[in-house]
Amino acid sequence: MSQLQYFLSLVTGGVCAAALALSLVTPFETGLLLKTFLALGVLSLIRFILPLGLWIDGILALLGAAAVLISIGVFTPTPPYFWMALVAAWLFGWLFVERLSKTLAPRLSDNGGLGLLIPVVFGLSILVIWEVATRAGNVPQVILPPPSMIWARITASVPTLFADFQQTFLKAVLIGYVLGCGLGFVVAILIDRSPFLKSGLLPLGNFVSALPIVGVAPIMVMWFGFDWPSKAAVVIIMTFFPMLVNTVAGLNASSAIERDLMRTYAAGYWQTLMKLRLPAAGPFIFNALKINSTLALIGAIVAEFFGTPIVGMGFRISTEVGRMNVDMVWAEIAVAAVAGSVFYGVIVLIERAVTFWHPSVRGA
Amino acid sequence: MGPNAVVSAQNLGLTFKTNDGDVVALSDVSLTIDKGEFVSFIGPSGCGKTTFLRTIADLEQPTSGTLRINGQTPENARRERAYGYVFQAPALYPWRTIEKNVALPLEIMGYSGSQQAERIKRTMDLVNLSGFEKKYPWQLSGGMQQRASIARALAFDADLLLMDEPFGALDEIVRDHLNSELLKLWAATQKTICFVTHSIPEAVYLSTKIVVMSPRPGRVTDVIESDLPRERPLDIRETPEFLAIAVRVRDGLRAGHSYEEHV
Repeated sequence: MSQLQYFLSLVTGGVCAAALALSLVTPFETGLLLKTFLALGVLSLIRFILPLGLWIDGILALLGAAAVLISIGVFTPTPPYFWMALVAAWLFGWLFVERLSKTLAPRLSDNGGLGLLIPVVFGLSILVIWEVATRAGNVPQVILPPPSMIWARITASVPTLFADFQQTFLKAVLIGYVLGCGLGFVVAILIDRSPFLKSGLLPLGNFVSALPIVGVAPIMVMWFGFDWPSKAAVVIIMTFFPMLVNTVAGLNASSAIERDLMRTYAAGYWQTLMKLRLPAAGPFIFNALKINSTLALIGAIVAEFFGTPIVGMGFRISTEVGRMNVDMVWAEIAVAAVAGSVFYGVIVLIERAVTFWHPSVRGA
Repeated sequence: MGPNAVVSAQNLGLTFKTNDGDVVALSDVSLTIDKGEFVSFIGPSGCGKTTFLRTIADLEQPTSGTLRINGQTPENARRERAYGYVFQAPALYPWRTIEKNVALPLEIMGYSGSQQAERIKRTMDLVNLSGFEKKYPWQLSGGMQQRASIARALAFDADLLLMDEPFGALDEIVRDHLNSELLKLWAATQKTICFVTHSIPEAVYLSTKIVVMSPRPGRVTDVIESDLPRERPLDIRETPEFLAIAVRVRDGLRAGHSYEEHV
């Protein structure tokens, strides 16, 4: 048992014992599940005599979370031992993850689904704490609605959310992303060929990237109309420069010896580009693709604040927040977060397949 | 210049222009290398031995004198793929397997798929790397990587092989082994080899001709023809003939240094 685990175990047991003692003054039949969890929590102190499997901590964390969730609303007002039980459940979750990661550490790369369990436990604890804190603490919904309410809103408005997703993500983000990254890539290759373009276009790209998005978006609406093309244009402006700069840097990433080698074969410009410089630029290009995947989504959503047809994620957020429908705003945020993460994840997977040879990938 | 001359340099000079003024890397170098010779260039760092090799390869341009490779300018010789070059570092492309690295020059020079396969197999056998075709460079040891880079330089069968301290980064044991392998390879392929080194035993063991160079400015101070037999077991290094040549090389190097001290 490491020092941290020792300390955590002690604190967890102590919190459980204190909460149990406080709960004994209430009538026996109220919050029975909560009391059972606290009693088991105190019993877990037996680990100092008898080793307990890490799964016991996992089960206790789960039981604690369930007990606390079910007991919301049983008491008015919420007694202190309820909050202490929440803390105890969270501590059990922490202890579980701590022990799990120590067990997995030497073989973190090939443990099947177990490695995934750690972020899942982490995410679940945040959701449980959020849910309990907002509901049992009577937090106004305008400030922060509980996750269950956001989820209810998502399931109730699937058609609206999908229409917004289609408008903002499938049209503005994806099209703008492909065009912006493609343009950045092509211009980078042109710049690389010509010193004239390098001194002319690179500062211009720098200038464009410095334009504030809130200033550019209304102008794009004037130019390209209310529908998605104006949003795609904003996305192009946002994604172009990171791609340009990274590709230019990547094209110079091959070493002098590697380029001399090509020269000894009397290889032409395009042969050197295809067989050496582009593969060597791969890690840089994928960096830009990853940065741009999140930039594109932000750009498209913000651009919709400045004039749009009555559909789109940015449109929905700006109107629903005005109508105090905060749960709908959160539902859109959740959709954007999931879409953005999946987008990023897909690019990371492609990156791993393409630049498998790079030390940063093959070491992982 | 005889009809057999592969490399022929006359009064060759090369001056680098830098911010700190001119640096004379080569001064008045005249040298002829005949077909089938194994020539080592030895000298302290800064003596221009690598620069001379790079000039032969048309990776640097001389500022005075003439240089002919197979009777042609270095640039034309490079365009005709007259030589294979082995660098100090293996410089294998990490995204290619070993066999794809060996295939790299063949792809660029437009060999057909079946020709590529045949040449890859032959050169991989030649450097004793058979069985490692599908490995990536970062999965092999330093010595194996350098052997792969030699296979890559041999793949397109140029008659001239330029080697710039290819074993400099390897340990003594691996280096001895690769040196005797290199001699066998030289005997098997009948190529002309120019070999840069700063190790006296390596130079004497490998060469038919040793070019001793000295720095500031980089120039040739001695050219030693070796009369050792072409068949050389590793223990030839303890014979008096071997030691006599080594002493002469060492004297040549020392002469270069004393010149430096007096100026």
